[in-house]
Amino acid sequence: MLEIFLGLYIFMLAAFVGYGVIKGVPALLHTPLMAFTNAISGISLVGSLVAAGAHYNNVSTVLGAIAVLCATINVVGGFWITDRMLRMFKKQDPKADAAGDAAS
Amino acid sequence: MISQVETLYLIASFLFILGLRGLTAAHTARRGLIFAELGMGFAIWGTLIHPDIMARFEIAGFFETYKWILLTFFIGSAIGIAISALIPMTRMPERIALSHAFGGLAAALVGVSEYYREQVVAGHMDHTTMGAIGFEVLFGGLTFTGSLMAFGKLSGLIPGRNITWPLQNQSNILMFGGTFVLLIAVTIDPSNQILFYAMAAMPLLLGILFVAPIGGADMPVVITLLNSYAGLAASATGFALDNNVLIIAGAIDGASGFILSVVMSKAMNRSFRNVLFGAFGKVDEEDAAMAASGGERVQEASVGDAAMLLSGAGSVIVCPGYGMAVAQAQHVVGELAEILEANGTQVRYAIHPVAGRMPGHMNVLLAEAKIPYTSLMELEEINEDFKNTDVALVVGANDVVNPAAKHNPASSIYGMPVLNADLARSCIVLKRSMRPGFAGIENELFFAPNTVLTFGDAKDTLEKVVEALR
Repeated sequence: MLEIFLGLYIFMLAAFVGYGVIKGVPALLHTPLMAFTNAISGISLVGSLVAAGAHYNNVSTVLGAIAVLCATINVVGGFWITDRMLRMFKKQDPKADAAGDAAS
Repeated sequence: MISQVETLYLIASFLFILGLRGLTAAHTARRGLIFAELGMGFAIWGTLIHPDIMARFEIAGFFETYKWILLTFFIGSAIGIAISALIPMTRMPERIALSHAFGGLAAALVGVSEYYREQVVAGHMDHTTMGAIGFEVLFGGLTFTGSLMAFGKLSGLIPGRNITWPLQNQSNILMFGGTFVLLIAVTIDPSNQILFYAMAAMPLLLGILFVAPIGGADMPVVITLLNSYAGLAASATGFALDNNVLIIAGAIDGASGFILSVVMSKAMNRSFRNVLFGAFGKVDEEDAAMAASGGERVQEASVGDAAMLLSGAGSVIVCPGYGMAVAQAQHVVGELAEILEANGTQVRYAIHPVAGRMPGHMNVLLAEAKIPYTSLMELEEINEDFKNTDVALVVGANDVVNPAAKHNPASSIYGMPVLNADLARSCIVLKRSMRPGFAGIENELFFAPNTVLTFGDAKDTLEKVVEALR
């Protein structure tokens, strides 16, 4: 019974921390943010790994293995695509800066 | 062993939050991502030495213990990388919706697996664990089918318009209430398997029914809400397994989805309730009829006229919308900007929060076209500048530039913050046809005396403009 309250405290504090930090993410990065949190939510991988590896029984192992598959797609794919997006965000490129300087 | 596992989880949680902090600025975002990746690595490492897995390892050895994990991990990675590396940026909303579906499914399956282990096989499950598993399966299932529906709508596999039927909201709410009652009943009596499986099946149906009536431009809210649910499902998994890193990561994800859905709803001047239960479709028809009777004329401009206007402008603000994504016109927008800038014209971009089908959709597309993020402006940053701007170039946007939202209380989008494209000295609208936007209402901007319309595919038109300017 105590454990559930401990869990609720952790949940509450993490939700506030998450809220506070994410509030600061600019609209510019909202799509990468979604891909990023999507990768993080693949943390349910942690639960499915135990189910797939501990071999409690056949049903749990099979369900766990499918869950590992789904969660891995999210973790690996989510980080990959976030990186792919973030690599595209560039400040003024040097060429344009040079042109701007020449004009002014 | 358990203290090692917990230490690794603690490090992982710390790195997740640190990583998220990195995302608060574009130049630190990639570093943040690396922190989060490391965090995930620690969490996986911690799990692979989990006491239950190690107990199996003692008996069965390495191969027997890890074979399913390794197999599914490699297949999953291959699929994840293939999807992420190949999908075009214009289809990002679908990609995100699909991954929410995977996340929901994973959580729901872990829940069922846990129920099977503790209740069906071992014959004992306490009420708190049962309650947590109930929430996990509920949110997981809802997210799974709801996201699949969203994916179907975004990719055009299912009609994107709102699908409605009589007593829709009433029956949906009733079913949701029913699922909740089942959840409570199964928490009180975990041994009743029929109740459990009924409770696990209901959210699958609910996910479909909830998303079916929600149409195209409301998708950003749906996607962000499902993002939030995916997080809550992960968090509930944490409660069921007494796993703190799951609770923390899930809570962060839930908070993120929540914030984004509030941002989206505000940008549309609508409440959550209105997006989820509002019958937007009904308002449309009256409005469209009203506007059609107006019978005003629009001024059409040829490609040459548009090119002339642009070449004579000292400052241009581009207002992109979903149409730019559909036409895949972002690269040619970048080319046009390059030519104009070489001419000494200042080019900036006004990004409305709900332009596109997900938060930040337009930013990603323009970044892909190598446009520096320093010229991508948010609504509040740039809206005052329109009146001192020579040309507003509207590329595939409609409702987000409709001035009716500012002064016509009869309009169904009245009160929604919009880009002041109408205040620019002149306004060029690139449009496929005179079809109204998602909200189904006529756009006053098109009939304004300083507005000209150039009809055709946005990409084709811009390519011709670029040619004319060269």
